[in-house]
Amino acid sequence: MLNIENINVYYGAIHAIKDISINVTEGEIVTLIGANGAGKSTTLRTISGLLKPKSGKIDFEGQNIAGIPAQAIVKQGISQVPEGRRVFANMTVLENLELGAYIRKDKAGIKEDLNSVFERFPRLLERKVQLAGTLSGGEQQMLAMGRALMSRPRLLLLDEPSMGLAPLLVKEIFSIVKEINQTGTTVLLVEQNANMALSIAHKAYVLETGRITLSGDAKKLAASEEVRKAYLGG
Amino acid sequence: MEFLEQLIQQLINGISLGSIYALIALGYTMVYGIIKLINFAHGDIYMIGAYAGFFATANLGLPFVPALIVSMVVAGLIGMLIERMAYRPLRHAPKIAVLITAIGISLLLEYGGMLLFTPQPRTFPNVLESVTYHMGPFVVNSQQIIILVVSVILMVILTYVVQKTIIGKAMRAVSFDTDAAQLMGIDVDRIISATFGIGSALAAAAGVLVGIYYNSIDPLMGIMPGLKAFVAAVLGGIGIIPGAMAGGVILGVIEALVSGFISSTFRDAAAFAILIIILLFKPSGLFGKNVREKV
Repeated sequence: MLNIENINVYYGAIHAIKDISINVTEGEIVTLIGANGAGKSTTLRTISGLLKPKSGKIDFEGQNIAGIPAQAIVKQGISQVPEGRRVFANMTVLENLELGAYIRKDKAGIKEDLNSVFERFPRLLERKVQLAGTLSGGEQQMLAMGRALMSRPRLLLLDEPSMGLAPLLVKEIFSIVKEINQTGTTVLLVEQNANMALSIAHKAYVLETGRITLSGDAKKLAASEEVRKAYLGG
Repeated sequence: MEFLEQLIQQLINGISLGSIYALIALGYTMVYGIIKLINFAHGDIYMIGAYAGFFATANLGLPFVPALIVSMVVAGLIGMLIERMAYRPLRHAPKIAVLITAIGISLLLEYGGMLLFTPQPRTFPNVLESVTYHMGPFVVNSQQIIILVVSVILMVILTYVVQKTIIGKAMRAVSFDTDAAQLMGIDVDRIISATFGIGSALAAAAGVLVGIYYNSIDPLMGIMPGLKAFVAAVLGGIGIIPGAMAGGVILGVIEALVSGFISSTFRDAAAFAILIIILLFKPSGLFGKNVREKV
């Protein structure tokens, strides 16, 4: 579904992503793990079009999407939940979700998806007319995910959904990610919480200072000595 | 008693003048809200609007409302054109470069206006009959009422657009977080363009209203009201739409009171004294919150 071949991304003079290749098959949860600053978020931001790769190919469902603007990539069927959630704090929960469906015109379909988001996140329904900025961190994460789902993506990019959340909430969020995947959305998940990420993913890539150092089946990686030592606390 | 009469009379004058400032201030504040630029050419768009209204009435013989609409459309398109040609290429340039460009555009419009329209002031056709109503001791001009009514209608429409329509929501989203807005599929350039269009149209309406009220327009007429509207926008809190509306009216009332009770020569000084005071004591403006970030 998504096939990234040898992309290189720069921040000014800094070579942030070096020759990365990633392959996501339809229906999977693929995770990208690694330490802070390894280039995980940069990779996601490049896929979603917020950054342009200097070289390399990003192929999504047979089309090269490398370098096309972010707003056009959403229309291709990729939606990103950005790091730090980035909800529109000065707008209501409902308005945030409506903006998630900005590219769509099918009113009936939007309404249907709005209901299914509220079903999946009942707490958002309770807070429908509240300003997003007044929500708790966990609720904001749910809102950001709900907002991303409103564009009906085939591929969902999740950037650090566990960031800053209490362990119990992290568990909840991850089980929701699993559910989203089971209802047919492919997921590319970036996480520092490698343990959690590997527990729900099918496939994983380990990123170190802009390079992929390991990749393969998530269960196998979780069991491997190397990954256990570096990312799973022994 | 005479004091009270004078006070109320000046309030009437001030609210009418203030709604003009408010219309212009809205464009400043909306553009600032979305690209953090003080568009110093905005006052000159108001002048362009006045001229468009002048030609629509004097040359095309249009009545008030169609002329107002024509002027708003023309100025809106020119505002969008300026954004496209002058500001968009500088989207990633340092802020100061864009600000200097805005001053350049302002001078271009002022002196380009002199070249095209001649420096001679023009007499605005009498499209709206001026009737003076005496209500007890107070004098209200029908044109003052029209200024107020038109301004209020436009501000109600604007509030509706910004709060309820999808383009308004997109504007607020872009203004809050450009990257996140892009991830929603919002074409940021398009939204910025629309913001310039709407802001310029509002300034043009103000230009037509002033042209009718004062009867005279000239290519440099935008300088002072432009600066005053900027003060109004800062007073209300730059980037905040209701702030610009309130700031405009408050500034108009203060100016009228100063003219009435002290001397009209101190009018401008009072306006700029307000700017200094607000920047010293509450730089975020009357409606502004102290910026804090939630991590």
